[in-house]
Amino acid sequence: METPAIPVPEARSVVPASLRGLLPVLLALPVLALFQWLMSDAPFASYLLSVVGVNIILAVSLNIVNGMTGQFSIGHAGFMAVGAYISGVLSLNLKDIALSFLPVAVSDQVFFVLSLLVGGLAAALCGFLVGLPSLRLRGDYLAIVTLGFGEIIRVVVQNTDAFGRALGLSGIPQTSSPAMVYFFVFLTVLVARRITGSSHGRSLWAIREDEVAAEAMGVDTTGYKVRAFVISSFFAGIAGALFAHFVPIINPGSFTFVKSMEIVVMVVLGGLGSTTGAIVAATFLTLLPEGLRSLFTVLGAEGSLAQKVDQIRMPVYGLLLVVLMLARPQGLFGTKEIWDVLPRWIPRKRRGLA
Amino acid sequence: MAQLLQHLINGLAAGTIYALVALGYTMVYGVLKLINFAHGDVMMVGVYMGYATAFALGRDMRSSLVGVAVVFAVAMLGCALLGFFIERFAYRPLREKPRLTALITAIGISFALSYGFQLDIGFLPGAAPRAFPEVIAPVEWLVIGDRDVVVWNWQVISFGIAVALMVGLQYLVFRTRFGQAMRAVSWDHRVAALMGIPTDRVIALTFMLSSALAAGAGLLYAIKDTSVSPLMGLYVGLKAFVAAVIGGIGHVQGAVVGGLVLGLVEEFVVGYAASTWRDAVAFGFLILVLLVKPGGLFGRVTAEKV
Repeated sequence: METPAIPVPEARSVVPASLRGLLPVLLALPVLALFQWLMSDAPFASYLLSVVGVNIILAVSLNIVNGMTGQFSIGHAGFMAVGAYISGVLSLNLKDIALSFLPVAVSDQVFFVLSLLVGGLAAALCGFLVGLPSLRLRGDYLAIVTLGFGEIIRVVVQNTDAFGRALGLSGIPQTSSPAMVYFFVFLTVLVARRITGSSHGRSLWAIREDEVAAEAMGVDTTGYKVRAFVISSFFAGIAGALFAHFVPIINPGSFTFVKSMEIVVMVVLGGLGSTTGAIVAATFLTLLPEGLRSLFTVLGAEGSLAQKVDQIRMPVYGLLLVVLMLARPQGLFGTKEIWDVLPRWIPRKRRGLA
Repeated sequence: MAQLLQHLINGLAAGTIYALVALGYTMVYGVLKLINFAHGDVMMVGVYMGYATAFALGRDMRSSLVGVAVVFAVAMLGCALLGFFIERFAYRPLREKPRLTALITAIGISFALSYGFQLDIGFLPGAAPRAFPEVIAPVEWLVIGDRDVVVWNWQVISFGIAVALMVGLQYLVFRTRFGQAMRAVSWDHRVAALMGIPTDRVIALTFMLSSALAAGAGLLYAIKDTSVSPLMGLYVGLKAFVAAVIGGIGHVQGAVVGGLVLGLVEEFVVGYAASTWRDAVAFGFLILVLLVKPGGLFGRVTAEKV
């Protein structure tokens, strides 16, 4: 494996250090507002964009565990489900309450963010409970346990009346918007990039490269692994919660092993350890089936081929993993970021997102 | 009391099947230190091979003794071949790469098989479960009281086949030259190679053996469930893996005990608690075992040496 490119923080800057962490958020807000305004009368486009955004959050957060820490979780959809269901139930119960001192729309958004956070925290708690026993052991146990966890979630949901059993939950207020989704995309990417550059991130990289050596150097391997896993589950929960607030219905079928595999393929294709790789792969793999479907529909393939796109997608993902591992195990970008790979037409100074 | 006995019998019948599949995981893990994720799906392919063979044989032929033997032989040989190809073309090129690479490949193969078989293109069977032909016509073998306890003939037969396969495996691993070579490779494949053991061949044969065992177990499972579906490999495989971990992965007797324990636990949960929770039991049990005794019942957690 090549040594990961760890960005060195630059000392000189015009922005005071106290504000530097907040600056990207402040800069992003007006852009998102503009974006929201442009999207307001295109329901399908904004739906598709939201799905892309949710998948980016999932891929980037899974990359923290699978890429940076070198563990292998294949139950990300389970954490997504926890976030979706917990926040969905919360929103359903808070639907009729409004904060009287705020306009209705703003009050809705307050409750929305609240339920997002609760969903994320619930997923993080599950991540802790699942990660603690399996991360004490060698990495491959995590794969099985996370897979099993996804199944447990499915069975629990199917047996609980509050979660609508197999029918799912409907009527969750549709308070999400592309702007909100991309705000959290932004936050996830920011956190992921911040982790990469921090000492925490360096410990994760050390665990990824050689766990025994990392432990010998005094890295608390279990502690770092569990923390990475909890952070990753938190964002998976947020993604699930966002998802629950823009689709008409959530049911156990949306969070199966297939969904987990989709995210794994995104991360592996983008390059284990590359945040921008995960973003590119998530965007590409989400839009590709849509594109193919509309292409086949336009070509007039009588719907049969267009319907088969979804069916064929999954075995193709499996084969893609095998072929990638045999031919290009580092994925698109390896552990590098997109600006390390693209030709240098952007001046070197502007390197680094976070 | 009668109910308890009935559950014990059902649990044992299911447990032996899990044990057979778990043996495959354990053997491959022993020689390669790889969790062969695709094991359950190889099993599923074997069941479809048996299914096709049973239909090709026709109604009269397939329930005769010869017919059953042919069904098992075709499925097991076919699976051994499939196992050989998977090992040769997917795992062998990655043997010296980081462990994660092989694990991802295994997951990829598993996914490609289980969802590839759900397509309805060409010879592929499509997603809907199909009724598995009654290669062993169900007959009550033993009835106690007023149908308090019923033992079916297929339970006895599958128990017999499973035990025979296990005894054969035990003999093979601990009493033959090949078994000795296998254990040597499992101990340290580099040193084994230096001692003149053809490690590539031993690993390939281990794969073929474990795949053949999986096919046999899969057929027994399909006879028990009277159905076959593309996703059965994923579920049975996962539970068998749980069984292997409970027994201590890499440990032959452990896999058998783990399989039986899991079969019984599942049966008792279904019988005395709620049947809809059945699929969650195995994994809850797994997490519990990992918390309390991470090496499994028989295994030890060994420190990794550099």
